[in-house]
Amino acid sequence: MSELNQFNNMCKKSSDELTHDTSQLDEVLKVYKNKPGSMITILQKAQDIYGYLPKDIIRYISQETLIKTPIIYGVATFYTQFRLQPVGEYLILLCKGTACHVNGANEIEQTICDELNIQNGETTEDGIFTLNNVACLGCCSLSPVMMINGETYAKMTPKKARSILRDLRKKSKLNAGKEDQV
Amino acid sequence: MKIIIGQGSCGIAAGADKVTVAIQKELESRNHPLEIELAGCCGTCYLEPIVDVVSDNGQKTTFVSVKPEHIAEILDFAIHQKQPKDAVIMGDNDQASLDKQVRIALRNAGVLNPEKIEDYLANDGYKAIQKCLQEMTPQDVIEDVKISGLRGRGGAGFPTWFKWQAANQQKATPKYIVCNGDEGDPGAFMDRSILEGDPHSVIEGMMIGGYAIGANEGIIYVRAEYPLAIKRLEIALKQAREKGILGKNIFGTGFDFDIWIKAGAGAFVCGEETALIASLEGQRGMPRLKPPFPAQKGYWGKPTNINNVETFANIPWILLSGGSAFAALGTEKSKGTKVFALAGKIQRGGLIEIPMGLTLREVIYDIGGGIQDNKAFKAVQMGGPSGGCIPASLLDTPIDYESITATGAIMGSGGMIVMDETTCMVDMARFFLDFTCKESCGKCVQCRVGTKRMLEILERITNGEGKDGDIELLEDLCQKVKDGSLCALGGTAPNPVLTTLQYFRDEYEAHIYEHRCPAHNCKKLLTYTIKEDLCVGCGACAKKCPSDAISGEPKKVHSIHQELCIQCGTCKTVCTFNAIEAL
Ligand SMILES: Cc1cc2nc3c(=O)[nH]c(=O)nc-3n(C[C@H](O)[C@H](O)[C@H](O)COP(=O)(O)O)c2cc1C
Ligand code: FES
Repeated sequence: MSELNQFNNMCKKSSDELTHDTSQLDEVLKVYKNKPGSMITILQKAQDIYGYLPKDIIRYISQETLIKTPIIYGVATFYTQFRLQPVGEYLILLCKGTACHVNGANEIEQTICDELNIQNGETTEDGIFTLNNVACLGCCSLSPVMMINGETYAKMTPKKARSILRDLRKKSKLNAGKEDQV
Repeated sequence: MKIIIGQGSCGIAAGADKVTVAIQKELESRNHPLEIELAGCCGTCYLEPIVDVVSDNGQKTTFVSVKPEHIAEILDFAIHQKQPKDAVIMGDNDQASLDKQVRIALRNAGVLNPEKIEDYLANDGYKAIQKCLQEMTPQDVIEDVKISGLRGRGGAGFPTWFKWQAANQQKATPKYIVCNGDEGDPGAFMDRSILEGDPHSVIEGMMIGGYAIGANEGIIYVRAEYPLAIKRLEIALKQAREKGILGKNIFGTGFDFDIWIKAGAGAFVCGEETALIASLEGQRGMPRLKPPFPAQKGYWGKPTNINNVETFANIPWILLSGGSAFAALGTEKSKGTKVFALAGKIQRGGLIEIPMGLTLREVIYDIGGGIQDNKAFKAVQMGGPSGGCIPASLLDTPIDYESITATGAIMGSGGMIVMDETTCMVDMARFFLDFTCKESCGKCVQCRVGTKRMLEILERITNGEGKDGDIELLEDLCQKVKDGSLCALGGTAPNPVLTTLQYFRDEYEAHIYEHRCPAHNCKKLLTYTIKEDLCVGCGACAKKCPSDAISGEPKKVHSIHQELCIQCGTCKTVCTFNAIEAL
């Protein structure tokens, strides 16, 4: 339901002003805006630039490509890769594919949720972690598996998960200078 | 002398990166330059990270489960032939399980450096397309593929030559050839391994397909979750262009061909052909009614042929060795070999390639090494969300399209998830329905709503709230979802439920009528107790228990008050001493 609400809120405020810098995106649009069938690619590149798809940027893409925003939102909400909200410094992709499920991914999820006090799809208050469940990272023979900012962690156990998260929290930029919280 | 490090996603996940850095450092400090090569995954994922030492006379020694601290020993072995102490050399059993396989699609994976076209060229690479272009007509190519008996490896097992013929006969141009690398089955990784370990075979297969149907443009649709596969493909395409193997007037024959990559954006249904085409066109990936088939009206309404990664990887071998060499392997109706991804509770998880017709038992026990921790085999899941669970009583079923379909499962793309006595089959059905329900594109009511209702029933049962009549209701819904769905996502979504009902009905009944999960898996049906010998009285569980059901003095054994316990399982998650038992 929350996604629908987000969507409605976004559609309502149609006069969103452009607040993000578009210089990098302009380069992308130069290549793709007149190439039919490029919407997914444009959104992927935009997400690479901004970390998510901000609403002013969706609006901007719409103006540049002459494709209406509802159509762009239609695409953006269909594919699980696209995010309409910013993510934390560390994006945890927890595999919940079949092999990982059979080998205890649920326990790993419970542990992560307990350690970070968030649910799937949420970001910690300090903005350090976001948890996203995914279906299979292709390392099934090393299950259960999770990937954090591109690095894969194999053969997870609840204990290992906790210590990885605690290490990352210590390393976090957002935590620099603060007392160790754990 | 050279050193080869397995660098598939699996190898890297297991620590191949760190091993590589350690080797480089050690070589530097010894001031002893040695050639280091990378390779894809050779299939023995359970042994990663893997380091091969190849001596000048070609003799190969394989070190497995390598850790950075083993590097010094491995280099001593490589340079001074000193026998290692702690570093492990691949055992005979593991080698034997490799030797039982027949590798066609995986012929180069784990052997060649996927980032060097020279390696591929030195191993008959691009000879098949050269042969096709210089000596064969498109019709000859299709004929040879027909003789091979190759059937699509993406799941449905449709004869490849037939699809090529259909596309070949279309008058409209331009035509397109598409490689389906969406690999949606969660728990399967054959296509990832092939793309990462041997991208040139897939490119060559697509070129041959393009020549056969009359296409000059190829597109590879790769899952977003496979960044390494995309990177290796990009390198391979660039190298092929530089060598003039892709581009204009290939081998001076007047044939033009090039390929581009499209990264998927995460939607299972985009593996379906018509949805994949919609996605290629930048839209929501919603399937449409067939006919017209993609061969008639595909990408931008033009004739399009779509094949799976593994299908394409077989093609160069078939054209070089002849269709009959491929047809000599396998069974009467299922020719050649098939790649499977073994995972779950299996000893030797990884990728294997076997001739069709071997039995499940041979694959799981002889090659896969049986079940972990000597537990009892319960079932093997084949075909992912469209497939089913095959029980122990059918372990002697031969692996071919017809025999597997007869069990209620499907061959699928090659995922084999092995389950033991601790896996709850009702929970497995729930797991797959959760997946298909989320991945349903929403176009057909039966699929969109039907899977949701089925999921709700299964959730109820696994939560211990199942009712008399639930099983019958499920069976009824299965039929309706099957009948009322346009594409195979909905059409096959009930399979995991139907097969578990067929073979494990007693587990459903135990959940519903006895409030018991025979596999001790479903949280809400378990009793939680504290093991006195392991509890140190740290109090972590008592602090986290949401219903204050745990009490005890600090540093003394705690206990759970069953009348207050809500079976949430939190105590088990937070206990770092494994002192909570759930039965
Ligand atoms: C829901 C759904 C998902 C599919 N996912 C895949 C996939 O991930 N990879 C694949 O090769 N084929 C997939 N297929 C099968 C394709 O539609 C198609 O049959 C196949 O790519 C054809 O190639 P082949 O003849 O070489 O097998 C899927 C089909 C359906 C209905
Ligand atoms: S199921 Fe988790 S990596 Fe494949």
